[in-house]
Amino acid sequence: MNTNFSWLLKMAWRDSRRNYSRLLLFISSIVLGIAALVAIYSLGYNLQQNIDTQAASLLGADLEISDNQPPSKKITGLIDSLKGQQSKELSFASMIYFPKNSGTRLAQIRALEGDFPYYGELETEPATAGKSFRTKKEVLVDQTLMLQYQAKVGDSLKVGEVTFLIAGILKKAPGQTGIAATVAPSVYIPLSYLKQTNLAQKGSRIVYRYYFKFDPKTQMEPLVKKIEPRLEAEDYNYRTVQSQKEDTGRSFRDLTRFLSLVGFIALLLGCVGVASSIHIYIKEKLNSIAILRCLGVKAGQAFLIYLIQISGIGLIGSILGAVLGAVIQQFLPVVLKDFLPFELATDLSFSAIGQGIVLGLIISNLFALLSLISIRKISPLNVLRASYEQAQITKDPYKWLIYALILLFVFGFTWLQMKRWTEAVAFTVGVTFAFLLLLGMATLLMWLVRRFFPTSWGYLGRQGLANLYRPNNQTAILMVSIGLGTMFICTLLFVQAILLDRIKLSTDGDQPNMVLFDIQTGQKQGVMNLVKQQKMPVLQSVPIVTMRLEQLNGQTSTEALKDTTNKRWRGLFSREYRVTFRDSLISTEKVVKGTWKGEVKDLNAAVPISLEDGYAERNSIKIGDTLTFNVQGTMLTTVVASYRDVDWAGVQTNFLVLFPKGVLEDAPQFHVLLTHVPNNEASARFQQAVVQQFPNVSLIDLGLILTVLDDISTKIGFVIRFMAGFSILTGLIVLIASVLISKYQRIQESVLLRTLGASRRQILIITALEYFFLGTLAAATGILLATAGSWALAHYSFETAFNPQFLPVFVVFLVVAVITVFIGLVNSLGILSRSPLEVLRQDV
Amino acid sequence: MANILHLHQVGKVYRSGNRHLKVLDDVNFSVEAGSTLSIVGPSGSGKTTLLGLCAGLDRASSGQVELNGIRLNDLNEDQLADVRNRHIGFIFQNFQLMPTLTALENVMVPLELRGEKNVRTGALDLLDKVGLADRGHHYPTQLSGGEQQRVSLARAFSNRPQILFADEPTGNLDAETGVMVEKLLFDLNKESGTTLILVTHNLELAAKTQRIIRIKGGKIFSDTLTA
Repeated sequence: MNTNFSWLLKMAWRDSRRNYSRLLLFISSIVLGIAALVAIYSLGYNLQQNIDTQAASLLGADLEISDNQPPSKKITGLIDSLKGQQSKELSFASMIYFPKNSGTRLAQIRALEGDFPYYGELETEPATAGKSFRTKKEVLVDQTLMLQYQAKVGDSLKVGEVTFLIAGILKKAPGQTGIAATVAPSVYIPLSYLKQTNLAQKGSRIVYRYYFKFDPKTQMEPLVKKIEPRLEAEDYNYRTVQSQKEDTGRSFRDLTRFLSLVGFIALLLGCVGVASSIHIYIKEKLNSIAILRCLGVKAGQAFLIYLIQISGIGLIGSILGAVLGAVIQQFLPVVLKDFLPFELATDLSFSAIGQGIVLGLIISNLFALLSLISIRKISPLNVLRASYEQAQITKDPYKWLIYALILLFVFGFTWLQMKRWTEAVAFTVGVTFAFLLLLGMATLLMWLVRRFFPTSWGYLGRQGLANLYRPNNQTAILMVSIGLGTMFICTLLFVQAILLDRIKLSTDGDQPNMVLFDIQTGQKQGVMNLVKQQKMPVLQSVPIVTMRLEQLNGQTSTEALKDTTNKRWRGLFSREYRVTFRDSLISTEKVVKGTWKGEVKDLNAAVPISLEDGYAERNSIKIGDTLTFNVQGTMLTTVVASYRDVDWAGVQTNFLVLFPKGVLEDAPQFHVLLTHVPNNEASARFQQAVVQQFPNVSLIDLGLILTVLDDISTKIGFVIRFMAGFSILTGLIVLIASVLISKYQRIQESVLLRTLGASRRQILIITALEYFFLGTLAAATGILLATAGSWALAHYSFETAFNPQFLPVFVVFLVVAVITVFIGLVNSLGILSRSPLEVLRQDV
Repeated sequence: MANILHLHQVGKVYRSGNRHLKVLDDVNFSVEAGSTLSIVGPSGSGKTTLLGLCAGLDRASSGQVELNGIRLNDLNEDQLADVRNRHIGFIFQNFQLMPTLTALENVMVPLELRGEKNVRTGALDLLDKVGLADRGHHYPTQLSGGEQQRVSLARAFSNRPQILFADEPTGNLDAETGVMVEKLLFDLNKESGTTLILVTHNLELAAKTQRIIRIKGGKIFSDTLTA
């Protein structure tokens, strides 16, 4: 036979003409998934481009070196030798006080000297304040603080013992994100006033930063290579424009990877919808295919006609998705604004659009193939016996090959995103498991409905319920898509609640809910008296000694880190250890290995200390290992005597390293005090008193943490909800598509019922009941799975009790059920307006 | 005249689970090229199965079907499709037009399948012969039953088949339309010299063919020439 490809194309086009709307409906299921991916890909490309072009203003300088200890002579010498323009910044957490309304809050104080930032700027209102505050007794205050305390430019702000004038509202600083501002809002003060504030005392956790701007001709790479060993020897960190570019790029690659996987789930969901729709479509095309076969069309040709048709529609769907994605991408910077440390341009990325189209085309075809391959098996004999193939076309061993290809594709796609095969396997298995679980639940529920069919119900109820398992029903696919959408939303609600509950639990009863730190030894008694004066309990008063690790089993940091047999964290030596000493353990810790010794008398022997088990294991430190600490100039040899399991949850002072009594009592130390404030008023009153009397003492109010956590989880939740929205909307489109596809069956049923005398109202009730059952069963399945998943998360990951709030979940349940019924009814209304005779004549 | 169709000891068994259902048993007959033949019999007698085997729509469980010298049992599915396209025309009780194609396109399909060019004129001529020249752009759902069957007739003759199989061609039509379609069928058949095999309940229609094979319980009950 001389038929060529052009004839197959022509036939595919001819056959699709009467089905445009239906085919587009099928493929609309993938539009949102493609749109999500194109938007995320474009975001990824734009992020990379923007990071490349704005990297200098992210750092604000050519080089930054930093550490949390004052520069040694060597570092000072190095800084002097580097030349160029230099700025210095000392930053630390401290209380601030708004005299106007007596508001107090913990903030990040940044004491700045020099012209930093050299690239970009401190965005302020008024704009001139970013420069002018440096030479006056003025401060810049983060806009969130200004809003929170209703402060205005020109008001006063007390930092430590100095009252400054607020010169401007800080809107943006180099590298700072909205989230960072929520956690630790900044207050910039001139460095020259730091001493007067009296905040930089022993024990204050100050980070020292030095910023440099070099001549543009300076080669940064050789410079960094030259200074790197000297910085490392002094445990100083450094960042350059290049390293900042790489770090930021890495963080956002992780973000875009995560978001693209969420988008991919929406696409997969849509593809399951496509597969289901095409299955019904091909079943309806059985007769046409049999006629073609009668007229001499070969099995392969018949298959190709429909493959071309579906590919064409898949291409259109993918292009529509890509266009929509390009539009959505314009809004992504708004969604992500709190996470972005820079202005994000939204240029069209043709590479992202191309990727989206190719991906849509491949995956829609793969899923459609599940049904399309059945065409090869359709016998021409169907024109004589209509039911000949019905039972056979679903069974084809090649289907397993297609399933394998789909899994391979999902794995391949994920691998391209994650670049790690273990993660790709985990995602593929996870997604497959979630789908199978939902499908299994759907099947089980269907079985239960059949098994315990309510025969005593009235006809309308029984018919509505029985419609769930009519031939060619879409129940399983709808349960999967609606269920997955509901599961997304409910899991999100549950996890948010778990996180907030975990913190709130700590406020119950007499648990500590306020922490005072940076208390100098001389202030300790005064602070305790103040606490008692306010009729509050001193729940814990803990001395803290800072020290650094000098040697591990006699090896210095360089030697110990070179030892490749043990994987050790570089920070093991560079970090500052804040340790305490006591003669007994507290309720949040228990010895899991070795023996705890609470007091030592022999000061010549190595001091038996206790390490947190996880920290010791991560750094391959064993019981019996000797650790030599530098306690502010004095070397102290210790031996690891025990491991402790520490519960870090709740407001408690917990420590990685715990000393016994009898050793550190005379070492320079500061104190942390835990108390319980009964209410917000008492908290505010107490905070004001502390800030007034002990300006260097900082407070953390659990109420503040809760507010911050709530704010952050709302912001993260918004991004996740935005992405989950694609899956939910895809679920709705699959729902609409499925309703319309089964409309033809429903027409025949309705016609029959109307011929038998059923009223319009009765048919409407049957339809409404069918979708009500579908919506409620699907939503219930999703909620059930979300509950199980969240319980597992709470139990195993957060190790907390799971007390789900069912009111918001019930609202979700109702909304899902109502939307399902609404869509079902709206799409079925057309059926009711047609006369039985008209429908019969058209032989639908 | 040479035989265009020859059946030798043809049998057909359907399997349903463990059960074997013998639908046709030891069927033997030959059909001369250019002749007309009716296969008649009660419902369930095996008429449609026999038509399916003769037309290469299905395979015999035993025996041999030879069409135009080609042993159908030896062919694979694609080769059978080729035989249907080159040698056979079909008319069905339910018309079996492609609902997504216009009347004209339905008629053009068999020729297009052969890779023939400029088939539109020939298809329009055929539509003209069945009195539907002005309905070529209409879809099947826009045509009456009689019109659909006339399009089906035009399609059946479009590939100039050597043998035409008609399964109850007037079964779904009212009497008046049925008579008109019958006349068209026999006129076109005569004009093209095609062999015609009819499967029908309608003895009046069967009597218009040269030969009648009666089938009962899967076996040929009688094979007679009409007057």
